[in-house]
Amino acid sequence: MTILIFTLILLVGSYGAGLLGSLTGLGGGFIIIPLVTLLLNVDIHYAIGASLVSVIATSSGSAAAFVKEGITNMRLGMFLEIATTAGAMCGAIVAVYIPTNYIAVLFGLILIASAIVSLQKKVISVEHTKSVLAEKLKLNSSYPGPNGPIEYTVTRVGGGFVMMIFAGLISGLLGIGSGALKVIAMDNIMRIPFKVSTTTSNFMIGVTASASAVVYLQRGYISPGVSMPVVIGVLAGAFTGSKILVNSSSSKWLRLIFAVVISVLALQMIYHGMTGKI
Amino acid sequence: MNHELTLTNKKMKIFKDRDMQQLLGHVLRTGTMVSITVVFIGGAFFIYRHGQSIPDYHKWNGIPNFIRTASGIFHGIGALKGQAMIQLGIVLLIATPILRIVFSTIGFVLEKDYMYIGISLLVLGIIFFSMLSGHAG
Repeated sequence: MTILIFTLILLVGSYGAGLLGSLTGLGGGFIIIPLVTLLLNVDIHYAIGASLVSVIATSSGSAAAFVKEGITNMRLGMFLEIATTAGAMCGAIVAVYIPTNYIAVLFGLILIASAIVSLQKKVISVEHTKSVLAEKLKLNSSYPGPNGPIEYTVTRVGGGFVMMIFAGLISGLLGIGSGALKVIAMDNIMRIPFKVSTTTSNFMIGVTASASAVVYLQRGYISPGVSMPVVIGVLAGAFTGSKILVNSSSSKWLRLIFAVVISVLALQMIYHGMTGKI
Repeated sequence: MNHELTLTNKKMKIFKDRDMQQLLGHVLRTGTMVSITVVFIGGAFFIYRHGQSIPDYHKWNGIPNFIRTASGIFHGIGALKGQAMIQLGIVLLIATPILRIVFSTIGFVLEKDYMYIGISLLVLGIIFFSMLSGHAG
């Protein structure tokens, strides 16, 4: 296989990953790692580096649109970024000392968690409970709805913050955006409306990934030959996905396919990790 | 009277936040487009020069020496090396969200939101510490 063929395969695969990631709202980062390691036999370090770079690209690209529309809660994002960047930094530093087969198994487990999250029913709830901490931090806000702005409040700030440290840690350790964990923290713990939590998670992912990418860049994880097709492919796929999403109303079957695909990949990663093949 | 006052205050704040949203959106979009263009051009050079070579990514052995430092990357770009251009694009991409925090900080300064100036600076501080610790490790 020549570099040209290698690049083309990666481009097509990453395009598919970006498309799926965008349609399901979970990002393409974590499909990239099994794709690159299992299919093209690339070392997991390079896979993590390329995935992180693609995560930053899609996050920045899509966050640009959401923040302009005023859906993203900037203050909430900024406040929780303290937790995610600190976690990501620790994760990236610790990653070097953890054997790669452990990382592969952990990765598989997180993939399965993401699959479950992607199948969860999205309940549109708007909370109006008073939280002193949320008020002090000016986290309560509103987002544009069909009949004017919809006000909401944020609860259990502390719990969400702790969950975000964990999300950052996983992101730094595995080179993914860990969007699924961020959504768990904001949806299930802090009770933020789904539209706000997904866009704010997207807004934060770029910063979380950057915090670990600066470490990985210096460590030599980010190889230009692997990252170039991945980042271009994923971004193009995500862009296509965002255009499709406007037209299609139901993505239920897509989420199901996606959950099955990542579960299979997850089991494979766990198997390879346990048998020491990665 | 008092109610009206808070209402206008609220309106002004929303207006300012909206300005900031536009600014941040602009920063993110421009950063992504510029860096991806640089990666793309670098990729074209890389394929043109090395397209027929055999890729070697089975074993992790870091990255080529000439793209390990900033000066190496710029020398490489001078010599039209694709990998150096790609790496510059990637560095710009990584810098984009960090630049977004810098602009948020400026936005919070304009809004005189002291708590969030502090929070933004703290996040920036963690990222810079992360850079330094990565170098040492």
